[in-house]
Amino acid sequence: MKESIQRSPGLSSGVKASALLKKYTMVIALVVVFVFFTALTHGKMLYAQNVSNLLLQNAYVLVMGCGMLLCILTGGNVDLSVGSTLCLVGAIASQLMANTSLNAVLVILICLIISIAIGVWQGFLIGNVHIPPFICTLAGMFLLRGLGRVVLGSKTVSISNKTFLNIFTSYITVPGLDKDTLHLSALIVGVIVAVGLLVITATNRAKKEKRGYALPSAASAFAKIIVIDALIVVYSWKLTNYKGIPVMLLWVLGVLVLYTFITSKTAFGRYFYAVGGNEKATKLSGIDTRKVYFAAYCSMSVLAGFSGLLVAARIGSVNGDTGMSYEMDAIGACFIGGASAYGGSGTVPGIVVGAILLGVINQGMSIYGLDNNWQYVVKGAVLLIAVIFDVVSNHKTGKAG
Amino acid sequence: MTDSILVMKNITKEFPGVKALDNVNLEVRRGEIHALVGENGAGKSTLMNVLSGTYPYGSYEGQILYDGQECQFKTVRDSEKIGIVIIHQELALIPELSIGENMFLGNERKGRLGIDWDETYAQAQKHMEQVGLKERATTLIKDIGTGKQQLVEIAKALSKNVKLLILDEPTSSLNEEDSRMLLDLLLSFKKEGMTSIIISHKLSEIAYVADKITVLRDGATIETMDNAGHNIDESRIIRGMVGRELTDRFPKRQAYDVGEPVLEVEDWCVHHPVYTEKEVVSHVSFHVNRGEILGFSGLQGAGRTELARSLFGRSYGAGICGTLRINGTERALKNEREAIEAGLAYVTEDRKDNGLVLIDTIARNNTMARLEKVCNKRGVIDIDKENRIAEEYREKLGTKTPTVQQNVGNLSGGNQQKVLLAKWMFADPDILILDEPTRGIDVGAKYEIYCIMNDLIAQGKSIVMISSEMPELLGMCDRIYVMNEGRMVGEFSAQEATQEKIMSAILTTGEKDENKGVRYA
Repeated sequence: MKESIQRSPGLSSGVKASALLKKYTMVIALVVVFVFFTALTHGKMLYAQNVSNLLLQNAYVLVMGCGMLLCILTGGNVDLSVGSTLCLVGAIASQLMANTSLNAVLVILICLIISIAIGVWQGFLIGNVHIPPFICTLAGMFLLRGLGRVVLGSKTVSISNKTFLNIFTSYITVPGLDKDTLHLSALIVGVIVAVGLLVITATNRAKKEKRGYALPSAASAFAKIIVIDALIVVYSWKLTNYKGIPVMLLWVLGVLVLYTFITSKTAFGRYFYAVGGNEKATKLSGIDTRKVYFAAYCSMSVLAGFSGLLVAARIGSVNGDTGMSYEMDAIGACFIGGASAYGGSGTVPGIVVGAILLGVINQGMSIYGLDNNWQYVVKGAVLLIAVIFDVVSNHKTGKAG
Repeated sequence: MTDSILVMKNITKEFPGVKALDNVNLEVRRGEIHALVGENGAGKSTLMNVLSGTYPYGSYEGQILYDGQECQFKTVRDSEKIGIVIIHQELALIPELSIGENMFLGNERKGRLGIDWDETYAQAQKHMEQVGLKERATTLIKDIGTGKQQLVEIAKALSKNVKLLILDEPTSSLNEEDSRMLLDLLLSFKKEGMTSIIISHKLSEIAYVADKITVLRDGATIETMDNAGHNIDESRIIRGMVGRELTDRFPKRQAYDVGEPVLEVEDWCVHHPVYTEKEVVSHVSFHVNRGEILGFSGLQGAGRTELARSLFGRSYGAGICGTLRINGTERALKNEREAIEAGLAYVTEDRKDNGLVLIDTIARNNTMARLEKVCNKRGVIDIDKENRIAEEYREKLGTKTPTVQQNVGNLSGGNQQKVLLAKWMFADPDILILDEPTRGIDVGAKYEIYCIMNDLIAQGKSIVMISSEMPELLGMCDRIYVMNEGRMVGEFSAQEATQEKIMSAILTTGEKDENKGVRYA
């Protein structure tokens, strides 16, 4: 079949439909799961508070998923140490604030510098010394977890620094516009963003048309953006009815936008795909693969440290088990979101879908009151199904091997 | 009674959106060697996969008669049971297991408790003798060369009681000596009554060995030619394959003016990266002039690839020493990036392994070696520009693909080779080192690659072509260097070079060593 596809005169409509279905499988799965849990919980999933919390509770998955994507892109490599990094950084932040009078911003900076140091250390070992990533980060997982517990002195340390908490967990309130029950600012921002996206899409298309580039059909492009817009407006309406725009959402969006940009638009991002797709060819193309590995693991640790701050602020305290098995959530989100277990393919929007799908399942099961043990069973099953689907569907279209 | 061992009638096989085989007919007589030829993508391999049951009964239309019986194979095992064995182009041997273990993999000789090793190795040894393999059955596959591995595959087929042996490009990775040995083996099997089907791009081999030649083109049978006298005209086969007369297999090029030397190499030595005491390239000196095509001839493992890669930013080898001058100035290229920036390009012989990212699109592969050319100062890629460039190269090189967003892995070999060339042309080098640029691609695509090479020369670039096919070196090059066992053993101008001279340069210098062809491969 590999010999003949090139002669294909044009794909038939049946093929197109199945390709579309394949491309958006996880989105469809997300919709189905969401509807299922909404029905199961008699609409509780749709409460403003729950919708607002869905993203906040999974902020760390989204943030670390971006970093994990870069690691996985390089060839299916994962970083097992992120949960421990998160714990260590959270521990340092909480201890600094509990025992010193350092300014919150300074604490955040110190924590980020420590994350960078951890990243440089692991990136150096993996990129330059060629320690297999799995082993290197497994060691990091034990090592950093232990250090985190040492820093905490085996205690739970709570955080009471108002500035620190405000930086991550407050809600945006515009005086005069927002009232306790109705935060109109959220809706206004939502509508502005929605309209902005529509305008950008339209002007981009016009620009491309003018230069004579091939365009996807107008119907599909606009249908996609209208669906996204509708979701944004609905989401901001929910936020309006709760406490308004959470600051943490802005942090998460910032990371997502940055990593989407890096992976899809920059040469630097392209190298991650190249290394995972064919490392030898990448090297012969004059790309320093050591730097690519270094960058992947360095960025991962920085994001893990940053997540440590988010998680510490949200929970309000840090203990020795904070961030336990969080690495698995990030890895799971990547694979559910369509990243290839062999490296070389995967996108940030895919991870967002994967993370939200996991989040919806978690939240739905919690609201429904399912036993915690069974929640693990369901999560495992979902991950397995996603990967099986990925492998089988790729095999059928002849892309693998 | 018919004496046809195999009849395939009106075979039609469709893949989503593509008809790979369209009413193909094939009749093979008992005891003959039947060659199947056609351009890449003509449907040869697909047809053989239908025959062997790789594509199970029901996924294609048509009828297969074997020994007059209709067959409906569900798996490869079904076809092997009645004596049809296919040996694929990429050998399916496990390097870390012994010859005997490989031969009976999945077909183990069972004793009372697990595998009967005595029986296994005795049987293996017997079949190895039949194919003239003098190794011990306990030798590991990784310790023998490609040529011998090919023989192991055939011995393995014999162990399955093969009656109809199918070989998919058996000689594509063998040197001339090993190829000849393999073909003679097929001829001797023929005398014993075995039937073979051979798929090959090497027309001289087909003329030598085949009794009948069936030509496939675009998924349809074009004709079956008789070659009982083994004297068929190669251009006759080519005409059938491409549907047009190739008056000349090599495009004409305007007489070139010898320019000044652009690349000079003196006393270049390279050691093996793992066994660092072993010298892979030994005190080699040569130069490339502006606007010439320079050929490198030699057997496989002569050190040509190692030489080229060590020059290209030390991407191979250890303990590299010697002088490298580009445009008269001495350069120490420490890595691939510096080599690219100095105007060198190395187009690998192994496009799947070292050349292309198969799971990525044509456009993204095209710009890979010089991505900064489609980026702004801050490293942001202009995707539209990238697509436009890929589109330009697609047109210029005639790459057959519906869109440049197609994954490279979905293209045929010839088209992949064009993408690889496009990638390095985009890097805008002055000197291109092409390592086996026409390996495994069909006659029509080869001609197109030669034309591209001539275009590059016309633009003032210089080309170094490493090739194991002597006709192509003689047809394309201005000068030819000959290497053997890491040493430079001859230099010929286009006028004085002949196949005989090159061969004798190789043979008179090398010590007799039967592993020679594969030692460094």
